[in-house]
Amino acid sequence: MSTNTTAAAATGTREWRSRFPTVNYLNADYGIWSWLLTKDHKRIGLLYLISVSFFFAIGGAYAGAIRLELLTPMGDLMQSSTYNKVFTHHGIMMVFFFLIPAIPGVLGNFLIPLMIGAKDMAFPKINLLSWYIFMAGGLITFCALLFGGVDTGWTFYVPYSSNFSNTYVTLAGLGIFINGFSSILTGLNFIVTTHTMRAPGMTWFRLPLFVWSHYATALIMILGTPVIAITILLLALERLSHVGIFDPALGGDPVLFQHMFWFYSHPAVYIMILPSMAVISEVVATHTRKPIFGYSFVAFSSLAIAVFGFLVWGHHLFVSSQSVYAGMIFSMISFVVAIPSAVKVFNWTATMYKGSISYDTPMLYAFAFIGLFLIGGMTGLFLAALGFDIHVHDTYFVVAHFHYVMVGGTVMGYLGGLHNWWPKITGRMYPEGWARFAALVVFVGFNLTFFPQFLLGYMGMPRRYHAYPVGEPMWQVLHVMSTGGATVLGIGLLIPAVYFIWSMRYGRFAPANPWPGTGLEWRTPSPPPTENFLVTPVVTWEAYEYRPIEELQTIGPGEPDQPIDGQHPANRGTETEER
Amino acid sequence: MSEHIVPRTTYFAVFGALLVGTAITVAAANFDFGRMNDIVAMTIAVTKMLLVLLFFMHVRYSSRLIWVIVASMFFWLLILLLLTLTDYSSRDWFGSNVGGIMSR
Repeated sequence: MSTNTTAAAATGTREWRSRFPTVNYLNADYGIWSWLLTKDHKRIGLLYLISVSFFFAIGGAYAGAIRLELLTPMGDLMQSSTYNKVFTHHGIMMVFFFLIPAIPGVLGNFLIPLMIGAKDMAFPKINLLSWYIFMAGGLITFCALLFGGVDTGWTFYVPYSSNFSNTYVTLAGLGIFINGFSSILTGLNFIVTTHTMRAPGMTWFRLPLFVWSHYATALIMILGTPVIAITILLLALERLSHVGIFDPALGGDPVLFQHMFWFYSHPAVYIMILPSMAVISEVVATHTRKPIFGYSFVAFSSLAIAVFGFLVWGHHLFVSSQSVYAGMIFSMISFVVAIPSAVKVFNWTATMYKGSISYDTPMLYAFAFIGLFLIGGMTGLFLAALGFDIHVHDTYFVVAHFHYVMVGGTVMGYLGGLHNWWPKITGRMYPEGWARFAALVVFVGFNLTFFPQFLLGYMGMPRRYHAYPVGEPMWQVLHVMSTGGATVLGIGLLIPAVYFIWSMRYGRFAPANPWPGTGLEWRTPSPPPTENFLVTPVVTWEAYEYRPIEELQTIGPGEPDQPIDGQHPANRGTETEER
Repeated sequence: MSEHIVPRTTYFAVFGALLVGTAITVAAANFDFGRMNDIVAMTIAVTKMLLVLLFFMHVRYSSRLIWVIVASMFFWLLILLLLTLTDYSSRDWFGSNVGGIMSR
């Protein structure tokens, strides 16, 4: 680092380097223990990045196996029992160990203290503990998969999971149970940090919407996760000692499991999507250079999603023995939850109106998010309608719907966020050309994978089957398209993995504020020092006080969005220094 | 945040009360109260839970914000119970009991 600093100081055009701290959070300490025992929220964010990437790769490998099997109508790659395990493993790994922790764990941990002007989380040790619990839960579940796996589906429905499945249900459940505590502790940390650690002047309505969304996510984590924990515990008790909670023969009710499971697992969808919406709010404002249209509406829509999200779980039970009257109530409330989601989509679109839209990679992912989430959300309304749901229940229509929300929503937001804050996280720029290309590949691959599944589902192809009729030629065509798309998507996801790792060593140095953004995280060097800010910032401006890029280019930057390094935004991108 | 110092005697008193509560739970299990079985068991359990919440978890001495958060937990529990009960209580309304096992 020091040689670079000297070289940079020698050249006038690179004077921003001289304002860099030679010591930042990445090089403040060396050695494996400085990472494994760190209390720095930024390093913990990177620990999460490594671990969720690992689990994502495993989940992705299982997805590849599923798509390969469905290439042909005959179950010729694996037996049905193996296939049951493969889709279960895919679901468990992706839902519990990637989608739920990814954005809060990586970007939330890294950014929330930076965005509110704090030195760290309110409970740094609990933050580290949360990662260890996550790893313990993840590795226990991973062991369950290695020992022989689980075949119940990620939903663990009784009575199959309690009385019949001859697989490692209890061990996998134990891993998920333990993992839940990680989620609760992360949520607790976010809430307390937001309440108590804000910098002077950082009022609630000056908070970036990223923080609002993560606050709403944290509420769901704290209020919902204990219920899945107790549900899994009851399932284990039922399985091991036949206590009679869910078994009708012992006076229980299997549908009670579905009620308790979805009381958490439906809001868990909002644990996945709200942090992604958090990213999109930031990206849209920064890359259109406009304040978010209707800030308070977007802020409160996050809370509304968190609250209403808890009242809709019964729409997963429309074809169970749930009372039709309860079904009607759940159906109506499910329609209501679309309103705050739509508020966000409309407001992002309105923000873009007459904005100075850039087509940098984060914004490409934001575009992808808005379009794909729209399709995912609207097909959710199809499924919330009682009659239509009975037709497509447990078909590929449902699979396509939730992949549009989870992959089209969460993964797009995660990738967009990683690109947007990569310069801050690593102090290096990713290669923009490759990144835009990868974003395009991901978008095309995603749609090619999942759009045919809507058609398949509507035609009646059930989910969780390893074979399908040869006499339906159209089904195979659609499945081949889907498998082809999955291949494209897989390549599209590998490209960022390669260039992110490449950029850590060879990417050009990032200025403190490359876009430039107005948030506090952009007013500290890239990468930030361990204590985040050398002096505690005092916030005197509203959130998102952006001006059009043309204005910046004509009259130059001024308060409040002046980059800390003093670099003129018109000149950004001219730094070509490489190691 | 200022810490409220709780005298050690309070902790011992609460601990004693919890032990007594446990003894009552076991004792009550030996009697059949008919329809009151659940109510008796839940009353004892809720009393013990409140002791833990108010004294061991210091909620009694905490700020109003903490009270709001604790209250919201109970509210969410209420949502879980009430909306689940909309199912169980209305399964028979449609004429036949379609697989409703717990509803009567």
